Amino acid sequence: MNLLEIKDLTIRYLTDDGDVYAVNGIDLSLSSGDTLGLVGETGAGKTTTALGILRILPDPPGKIMSGEILYQGEDLRKKSQEELRRIRGGEIAMIFQDPMTALNPIMRVGDQIAEMIFLHGNCSKDEADLRALEMLEKVGIPGERSSDYPHQFSGGMKQRVVIAIALACMPKLIIADEPTTALDVTIQAQVLDMMNRLKEDIGTSMILITHDLGVVAETCNKVAIMYAGEIIEFGTVEHIFNETAHPYSKMLFDSIPSLDERVDRLHPIAGLMPDPSNLPSGCKFHPRCPYADETCGREAPMPEELSSGHTIRCFKPYCFKGGVSNG
Amino acid sequence: MSSVTQADIQTGNSGTRLKRKSNFSGICKRFCRNKMAVVSLVVIVLLVLIAIFADFVAPYDYAKQDIANRFLMPCLAHPLGTDNFGRDLLSRIIYGGRISLLVAIMSVAISLVCGGFLGATAGYFGGRYESIVMRIMDIIMAIPAFLLAVSISSMLGSGLQNTALAIAVGGIPSSARMLRATVLQLKDQQFTEAARAMGNSDMAIIFKHILPNTLSPILVDCTLKIGMSILQISGLSFVGLGVQPPTPEWGSILAGGREYIRDFWPLSTFPGIAIVMAMCAFNLLGDGLRDALDPRMKR
Repeated sequence: MNLLEIKDLTIRYLTDDGDVYAVNGIDLSLSSGDTLGLVGETGAGKTTTALGILRILPDPPGKIMSGEILYQGEDLRKKSQEELRRIRGGEIAMIFQDPMTALNPIMRVGDQIAEMIFLHGNCSKDEADLRALEMLEKVGIPGERSSDYPHQFSGGMKQRVVIAIALACMPKLIIADEPTTALDVTIQAQVLDMMNRLKEDIGTSMILITHDLGVVAETCNKVAIMYAGEIIEFGTVEHIFNETAHPYSKMLFDSIPSLDERVDRLHPIAGLMPDPSNLPSGCKFHPRCPYADETCGREAPMPEELSSGHTIRCFKPYCFKGGVSNG
Repeated sequence: MSSVTQADIQTGNSGTRLKRKSNFSGICKRFCRNKMAVVSLVVIVLLVLIAIFADFVAPYDYAKQDIANRFLMPCLAHPLGTDNFGRDLLSRIIYGGRISLLVAIMSVAISLVCGGFLGATAGYFGGRYESIVMRIMDIIMAIPAFLLAVSISSMLGSGLQNTALAIAVGGIPSSARMLRATVLQLKDQQFTEAARAMGNSDMAIIFKHILPNTLSPILVDCTLKIGMSILQISGLSFVGLGVQPPTPEWGSILAGGREYIRDFWPLSTFPGIAIVMAMCAFNLLGDGLRDALDPRMKR
């Protein structure tokens, strides 16, 4: 059984100015020990998906319209708030994007870790404090700093604390929402290494939300590429990196500057992400896709399996390879 | 302690207890650095002590009249002079502090607890609940605070608790509005989201994560309100609703001196000084406390 399975999840923000189609029928599956990279541009619905899984979407305006979120076979959408509170943190933990604001500014960091342990660890306050110290040392911060406040830490250290909180109760699944975006590159590597190491230690699965394909290649074994609220390509790292099938994925890779070639200009993807409150008809990517034809603008492609575990939403997989169309 | 050993964990030997202590001493240290705050704390403690031990401190009975010696200017026998009935002004101000301070603190506490709870929950939950609560607050706010206090206290009758309650009701909307605004701002911060992702209940998030962050506006609001309450009590006493004569109370002594302000200045000046002193002390204490309690102000 998969640890997490998402079926046809649709999330909308119902605002006064019209509905925002943030997540449009995504399917995902994750087994124990997997690290899934969720890649996409800003506004593709990555964070909304993450908040949707934990059922902590700001409501109103966020609403899960349809779909199932099966965690260990049970639908999180049917759980009571009480049951969800036990799952949040204890079973599924989240690492937030911005370590500067993800910690309560007037609580000692040790207390913030201890709070998590106290909520889920079935232990006394004193024991929670001690386990918090242990956790802090595990992420490489000396225990005596547990009585410091967040503003006394650097960004990288704050993110370590956030990670310590997330891992404190040995969750089965960690959702890391761009955990390294706010950090500089040297610290990014350290933090990623540490996360990987701890993940192996505890044996959890992870959903890593990022827009850095380098990070994905290094840490993930499965990749889902999101565009305008849809997963347009899903597969193992090998599938996505070596057998890229969707023109958008291909263009994403092409937009990364290469160290070996000398180029004067970068190759961005022309155009902008469509406005999620006013999505184009047919394939969401067709206005920016150089290979699009009439069908693409008229009909929306359904997820199709190219090979085992490699699905794609496109009428013309591999179309960028010399115009060969399978579609 | 640089590392935690297994033995530490088993024996429960940790810096935990030490930590709590250092927290309090840190606050004290930061508070003491602010000279004005320390002075104001001393003033408030003195005022409270004098009010509590008024029976021993006051040189005369506050109600004892001595018509022969009315309108005495400050002298050795009567350090602050006597009033229009020949009562010792110093004794009256000392006893008056009891009522003024007690009622002011009580009313501020009531309005802060009620208004704070309503405002914080309204800001956090939003939706229809927020609309209903805040519209009720607007309605209360539309009525002049003093008129409201007068009508409530004439409904409940005079007396300490009733006066405090009457004044408190008028203060609820402003506390509610202030807390709602602060909570709205904090609600969207990521640490609130993180607290939710941790599995906290709504009430735990409000009381453990959001409210402690609203401390500085609360303290400023409180200290300002204490001063206003002292003035409102005097207003109520003036129209005969608050504290009944001959029980002294700063505001009513001041109001009584109004008629003689041209001919006999001490009667309105000294209670006025007492009120100003208390208000200043509370304001400065509030400032100092805010700075001392906020860990971000730590150097």
